[in-house]
Amino acid sequence: MTHFAFIAASYGVATLGLGLLAAWLLADYGRQRRVLADLEARGVGKRSRRETGDAPGEAP
Amino acid sequence: MAILDLANPVRFLSLSARILPWIAGAAVVTLAVGFFLAFRAPPDYQQGETVRIMYIHVPFAWLGLFGYSLMAASSIGILVWRHPLADVAHKAAAPVGATFTALCLVTGALWGRPMWGTYWVWDARLTSMLVLLLLYLGLMALRAAIDEPNRAGRAAAVLTLVGFINVPIVKFSVDWWNTLHQPASVFRMGGSTIESSLLWPLLVCAIGFTLLFVALHMLGMRTEILRRRVQALEARAAAEAMA
Repeated sequence: MTHFAFIAASYGVATLGLGLLAAWLLADYGRQRRVLADLEARGVGKRSRRETGDAPGEAP
Repeated sequence: MAILDLANPVRFLSLSARILPWIAGAAVVTLAVGFFLAFRAPPDYQQGETVRIMYIHVPFAWLGLFGYSLMAASSIGILVWRHPLADVAHKAAAPVGATFTALCLVTGALWGRPMWGTYWVWDARLTSMLVLLLLYLGLMALRAAIDEPNRAGRAAAVLTLVGFINVPIVKFSVDWWNTLHQPASVFRMGGSTIESSLLWPLLVCAIGFTLLFVALHMLGMRTEILRRRVQALEARAAAEAMA
């Protein structure tokens, strides 16, 4: 390999690694938001909050 | 108001929702400027064009160590104050720190082949960085292996603090042992030995990657807080169904 190939491979691996990490984090964030919205739409949070007095959206 | 009162999950979600887009945007802009400067900088008199790998390899190494130090600080928050946000910060930092450490090792190998004639040597600096990656992976595996979240957090915190001994070993390995890896050239007594035309692009890239690390960590923390909220609601729903 030429020196250019080593440089290109380094930047390529870095872009791929950070891109995959960001995509995984964003997908996980979106999944948790969807599940939370679904639970709240079913009234799980509201009923529990009425009984426990928690503020809406408060994390444990 | 005490600092610990400010650092609660609800306030964190509210604050991070406002500042995360700005941090992510600043990371993209700073990295774009950093790469522009890095590819306009002159080649090194010894390394030639291959020095351009340093502009990503060195920030990855710094942030791999930074991530672990952040986890060690969070571990104190977990063990001393049992603070829920410290546990969230600890858990969210592991995959981000592990990725930066792995990228440091891979880009270092790709620099080593043309410069040293080999991808890998069992040199003290390289080996201690590999140990750092194994610590990150071990901590993630430990959390995954324990079902009870509080126990998992405390066990991971103890292992993190034990493993923190590796951080000064990584830093000073090039001074304590005779290594193929070059000694410290940026943060050292007597100032940097890097010529300013190469140093400035490196520092701008390092700031850009640091902002990216903070943005990814903050996103991971937001996700973890939502996950715990989901788990709490599911547990309540299950309890209501049984009642």
